[in-house]
Amino acid sequence: MREFTCIVCPKGCRIFADDNGKLTGAGCERGISYVESEMENPTRMITSTVRLRGAQLPRLPVKTSAPVPKKIMMRAVALLNDITVEAPVRCGDVVLKNVLDTGVDFVATKSTGETAGNRE
Amino acid sequence: MEKYYDVAVIGAGPAGLAAALEARKTGAEKVVVLERDFEAGGILNQCIHNGFGLHYFKEELTGPEYAERFICELHKTDIELKLNTMVLGISRAKHITAVNPQEGVLGIDAGAVVLAMGCRERPRGSLGIPGTRPAGIFTAGTAQRYVNMEGCMVGRKVLILGSGDIGLIMARRMVLEGAEVVACVELMPYSAGLRRNIVQCLDDFDIPLYLSSTITEIRGKHRVEGVVISRVDKDRKPIPGTEKEIGCDTVLLSVGLIPENELSQNAGVEMDMRTKGPVVYENMETSVPGIFACGNVAQVHDLVDFVTMESIRAGRAAAEFAAHGEKEAPFFELYASRGLNYILPQRARMDRIDQFLDVFFRVNDIYKNISIVVKSNGGEIARFKRDYAVPGEMERIRIPKKLLTGNEIEVSLKGGEQE
Repeated sequence: MREFTCIVCPKGCRIFADDNGKLTGAGCERGISYVESEMENPTRMITSTVRLRGAQLPRLPVKTSAPVPKKIMMRAVALLNDITVEAPVRCGDVVLKNVLDTGVDFVATKSTGETAGNRE
Repeated sequence: MEKYYDVAVIGAGPAGLAAALEARKTGAEKVVVLERDFEAGGILNQCIHNGFGLHYFKEELTGPEYAERFICELHKTDIELKLNTMVLGISRAKHITAVNPQEGVLGIDAGAVVLAMGCRERPRGSLGIPGTRPAGIFTAGTAQRYVNMEGCMVGRKVLILGSGDIGLIMARRMVLEGAEVVACVELMPYSAGLRRNIVQCLDDFDIPLYLSSTITEIRGKHRVEGVVISRVDKDRKPIPGTEKEIGCDTVLLSVGLIPENELSQNAGVEMDMRTKGPVVYENMETSVPGIFACGNVAQVHDLVDFVTMESIRAGRAAAEFAAHGEKEAPFFELYASRGLNYILPQRARMDRIDQFLDVFFRVNDIYKNISIVVKSNGGEIARFKRDYAVPGEMERIRIPKKLLTGNEIEVSLKGGEQE
């Protein structure tokens, strides 16, 4: 028996999955599909930062371009420790390609300097 | 030299940016935004996690991405953005005194002013936690700025007091940055944060959440060495004998936000004790004609999307005021009654309500199958059903204008089960 808290809406149904994968406790269909994907292959977006040179601040925020399997999260963020980006950067620039062969990239989520339009 | 602007906006966070853009779009010709930081974006710059924009842009963005959309829009216009500019005072006559390194002290006369200063975090001093005063105690938002923007790690073994959204988000951040998060401790019997954040920030990393508990002592001489937590009874008083010691070198406080209203109060704006923000009318105008307020300075929001929508209304109203001034109009008051922590707007003018009056509030407990009852002069005029209502999520009801009588409105909760 596994227990899930549904995050689809504020109601937060507690949904139970028995050993045969049968679900109980879901208030609606959306809860069932949420738990099914959580059981099959839970994925998460990862957001973090990398070192940044040549800008006013020393960190650049990044995210994965798509959700990645939850179980590789810690290994994926560890890769960011070795990365330094030089300003200027544009939001959406690829910072690390094909993270752990997932086909997903880490991309910048902020533009720096001139490109941010902070004109001063 | 005194400069005149149709609309002056204080703060270039999400509220200020949206208000300025909307004011310019709806007819204000000269618009200025005054921002004390070196860049626009406000708190969004440190909120590097995603989940922003689902309502407004219908897609999931990170904080900096959400901000950048508005900053880029702003730079396509002739709106003036004054960075590194600290506003020192605003008068009732809408004269602004500010200072920055380029221009020194500057005076600005404005046709209308929009207050968009946001909020601050409640600090340790407002909690009265006994114990020593070592290094290693931060508000969660301060730690967030250190870690996400300035590249400073705040600690290795972290305990979080309060389960507001910033605290939950920081729990995950600290784990991803290599720290150990030993616990999240919440005074109330429920979390104040969004459910999604409990699951994705605590459960995903097996971080225990202790409800109905609080810190009763902080230990350590130079640096935090540990805390004592105790369970609390239903009056939130610590229960003797339930003490438990937890080792940690850092305590993050996520114990609430307070709207930043020194400037509003100096301008003579009437305040609401419950929202801790200005009393506002239906179009976000304060008690001082031509001074408007929006975003977290008016009420603490959970979602930036709603800040944007509220600020658009304020910006539009400010532009209109700058162009046409304002005619006196009769108003009625709105009251938060049983089950509500506050209500916004606190006043409304029939003449200025379009088709609907949007009313925002928070409930004071967790409720199931509840009715939200709107009364005017004692008689019920509208009723709204909710399967679920929690203090952590702001509620909105939309009252059709044709149901309003022009007399005072009282909103309360009826029926349902309290959990």
